[in-house]
Amino acid sequence: MTNRILNWCFKKSIWVYHVNTGSCNGCDIEILDVLSPYYDVERFGIRLVHTPRHADALLVAGPVTRQVRERVLRLYDAVPDPKLVIGVGSCTSGGGIWHDSYATCGGLGNVLPVNIYIPGCPPRPEAILYGVAQALGIVPKQVEAQAYIEE
Amino acid sequence: MDARQLLLGTFYTLVFPGFLFTATVGLFLTWVDRKVTAIVQSRKGPPWYQPYADIGKLLAKRMLIPHGSKAFGFLIAPLLAVTGATLSAVIVLLAVLNPESGFLGDLIVLIYLSALPSIALVIGGAASRSPFGAIGAGREMNMILSYEAGFLLSMITVMIKTQSILFSDIIAYQNTNGAMVFSLSGLIAFVVAMFAMQAKLGFLPFDIAEAESELIGGPLAEYSGSGLALFRLSRAMTFVSIPAWLALMFLGGIEQTPLSLLGFLLKFLAILTVCILVKITHARLKLDQALRLFWGKIMIASLAAIILALIGL
Repeated sequence: MTNRILNWCFKKSIWVYHVNTGSCNGCDIEILDVLSPYYDVERFGIRLVHTPRHADALLVAGPVTRQVRERVLRLYDAVPDPKLVIGVGSCTSGGGIWHDSYATCGGLGNVLPVNIYIPGCPPRPEAILYGVAQALGIVPKQVEAQAYIEE
Repeated sequence: MDARQLLLGTFYTLVFPGFLFTATVGLFLTWVDRKVTAIVQSRKGPPWYQPYADIGKLLAKRMLIPHGSKAFGFLIAPLLAVTGATLSAVIVLLAVLNPESGFLGDLIVLIYLSALPSIALVIGGAASRSPFGAIGAGREMNMILSYEAGFLLSMITVMIKTQSILFSDIIAYQNTNGAMVFSLSGLIAFVVAMFAMQAKLGFLPFDIAEAESELIGGPLAEYSGSGLALFRLSRAMTFVSIPAWLALMFLGGIEQTPLSLLGFLLKFLAILTVCILVKITHARLKLDQALRLFWGKIMIASLAAIILALIGL
């Protein structure tokens, strides 16, 4: 019972911290768009916070450059459990056009455990909102994770 | 003190006018504040359960203690804040509901208790080892020293006029002589107290210590999980107790009738509305501007109020 209430609370109140790991600013601008009064995410209890200690979700944009890798790992440790990691944009999903560059880690998946990827270059604000809702389980997922087992 | 009194006291502190009641109402008022802000900014705003969901989520999260922080001070500060907020709410609301239950000097005790949440912020910020916390604690300390002086002087004005440090006497005085704001000194003291209340609640234009956009929450920057939840609860509870306190001190007496209590509720809501409207229409002052305001104009006004009270106006 208590668990169910706390789960509900977590779904209804998600505070995000916006992380730039070397993105070109396209995704950052779209993220800021989501947080503007036009989309008004406070309706869903989503709030931008200014310190990782208050955050429930990291909204990460960029392909994770080698310089920023250590900082991202420290940032991840600074967020109290339970936490979500949401990758925004093509770069976080798989490195984007920097997928084989020596200067990047080629996507967020190589650095942190990611809960959900939101592809797009940049993804539309609606797509980001939809992705966050999927990560929280508010909206059902369209595609289930599949694994091929050889018979 | 027998067992029944002890039980009653525990009930008062934890349930009815104390922790549970004040926290619930305070969080609801926080929602009102957020909703009004959203409407003014032509948004829809959060649903009514938003503050409760926030607190529930924060309580469920892990609380991190940063490396190198002074753990004792860091952990005791949120508890101090909630204790101060709870006890001040108990004293104020009991004075509203049952003035005879007061004790000699409850006004003085209340003045000290109501400063406790701000002092807890200073302790927590200084113990957190974060530069943001340290700067926030320093600013909060400066703010306490400036707004508490004006607030105290406005309270002293009321004490001089009523010749008493008891809530029941102040209510009785207003029942016979009319509301405190209808006298010149009372009016000035009320305005001073409204300024100080805005600063005590940590609202714009005086949220200098927290300053989300420059200090990322100041003393709260390192708090996570239940520590942050307790600080937010204490903030919500002072949001009930301090406007109620001002309504009690300045806006006329109350008798123990439903109509009179309803009137008190309306006065309380009026003070709250002014508070919220000032909050959403003003930008943050810089620290030196706030100090100049409190030690300059407001100090002069409150001294004038005391002198006027002494000569009987």
